[in-house]
Amino acid sequence: MRLPRFLTNITGLLAGDGHADRVVPPTGFTAQLTLFAAGAMAFLAVFAAALSISTGRLADRWSDELARTATLRISAPAEQLEAQAAAALRLLETTTGVASARRITAQEQQDLLTPWLGPNLPLDALPIPALIEVTQTREGIDADGLRARLAGEVPGAVYDDHARWRAPLVRAAQRLRGLGWLSLLLITGVMGAMITLAASAALAANARVIETLRLIGARDAYIARAFVRRFTERALIGAAIGAALGTLSVALLPSADTAGGFLTGLGFSGAGWLLPALIPVIAAAVAFWATRTAALRTLRNLS
Amino acid sequence: MACDCTAPQCQAHKGGKTQTGQAVIELENVSYSYGGGELLSDISLRLMPGSFHFLTGPSGAGKTTFLKLCYMELMPTSGQLRVFEKPVGKMTRDDVANGRRRIGVVHQDCQFLNHLPVAENIALPLTVSGRDPAGEAANIMELIQWVGLANHADVLPPQLSGGERQRAALARAVVMSPEVVLADEPTGNVDWDMSQRLLQLLIELNKMGKTIVIATHDLNLIRAAKAQVAARVLRIANRRLQLAGADL
Ligand SMILES: Nc1ncnc2c1ncn2[C@@H]1O[C@H](COP(=O)(O)OP(=O)(O)OP(=O)(O)O)[C@@H](O)[C@H]1O
Ligand SMILES: [Mg+2]
Repeated sequence: MRLPRFLTNITGLLAGDGHADRVVPPTGFTAQLTLFAAGAMAFLAVFAAALSISTGRLADRWSDELARTATLRISAPAEQLEAQAAAALRLLETTTGVASARRITAQEQQDLLTPWLGPNLPLDALPIPALIEVTQTREGIDADGLRARLAGEVPGAVYDDHARWRAPLVRAAQRLRGLGWLSLLLITGVMGAMITLAASAALAANARVIETLRLIGARDAYIARAFVRRFTERALIGAAIGAALGTLSVALLPSADTAGGFLTGLGFSGAGWLLPALIPVIAAAVAFWATRTAALRTLRNLS
Repeated sequence: MACDCTAPQCQAHKGGKTQTGQAVIELENVSYSYGGGELLSDISLRLMPGSFHFLTGPSGAGKTTFLKLCYMELMPTSGQLRVFEKPVGKMTRDDVANGRRRIGVVHQDCQFLNHLPVAENIALPLTVSGRDPAGEAANIMELIQWVGLANHADVLPPQLSGGERQRAALARAVVMSPEVVLADEPTGNVDWDMSQRLLQLLIELNKMGKTIVIATHDLNLIRAAKAQVAARVLRIANRRLQLAGADL
């Protein structure tokens, strides 16, 4: 059975060739540079990935759950309020797209207002509107049709499907998710560029070694391998450290429950925590490709 | 023994008789120029297996350039060059590498890997062609002793003298027991006794059927060799390759 070329390259790399390694002198600071660059980039990549995933989650929730809730607010003189609320509930029962409709109780209203106006609020004395919470089915409600019917039968009702404030939030969340993925791409690209530069510097510093090896019959792949192995290894180690630190930092962010905001929701969930483990693998693949390309390009200019 | 040289002065080729065997390196109307005027013009030569040649000529005539053509460090600007019967123009980079494994070269400016000890440098052709030098340690050590570097096996090349570098380079060139040895001034920096010792090594290889080409200015070395093997002397002068006169 013959392995595909790329696989034999990788397995050959992992198996290692002590001699091929030794023929190229230690690459000193370029190797350290690669270690550091891969580490820093992996650290950033964890945050970009966390951002993408969290905002993606948020966008899904907002566009999905929120899209299925709506509020009917009825403002009317006190003596008509109950009658209009009852009429509105009846009307909603016969509206297609309504999964359930529920009057928010006075107690719930009191609870909602307490944080703002204090516990001793004389709710009865205030012209508080009646609120009906509407949950939509997947098909959704025809908002314009509903508004037209309400205008006739429940003049004090205002139907609010949150579309006005939800849409820009969902858009923002989706945009953030896109930016997160773009950042990941850019981070990968920058890492590739840095490793290419580091490898090119190492290759240039070893021009005579490479020339000598060529002249005594070393094949390009053999010479390239010594460099590729080094840089791939450094990228793998650096990225593993960076990704581990990044993941730890994300894990140690204050939890969403206590602060309850968008920023604190940053993080992975469930199997998502395995995602950072992919980062070193990708970094190693990028280093492999970048170094190999740089090495073969350098070698082509030699006889 | 038929002549393996197609230079115009070569008697064996008067009358159009050509060699039928397979040349290891074959030049056919090869010219080379570094960009200025032509340095080598219209050179034809067939190096047959087991032949022994000296290459002489004034400094700057193009001896090193000629050898570089033979091991494919340079490509002819015109004409046909075949190494081990393969036209160099059609060779891939791996073909070139494989060809060089069959040719041992002593460069005029011997290059080593300065971070590896002399012994490892000498074994390097084995290493890069995937053979484990450890398996041939005894042979390598014998070779190192022969070129008088036993006490220097573990030092780094920058600590070698000029002559020691040349000896190490010769050892590296022959360590693979290559079919062809091209040596560029291999005895330029060593005393007479040592140059005899190095020559002996090349003569032994020649007796084993290897093809030897030595570029040198040292007429005494050529005389010493001719006393032991059927060595021919080629001379590069005025851009041409000629068989040198019988005075040598
Ligand atoms: N890379 C190069 N670029 C341009 N010119 C070169 C190059 N290498 C050599 N030359 C020129 O080609 C000519 C022949 O050089 P070469 O080294 O082949 O001579 P040589 O016969 O080996 O001389 P020597 O006996 O001094 O070693 C010289 O005039 C040299 O200046
Ligand atoms: Mg020379």
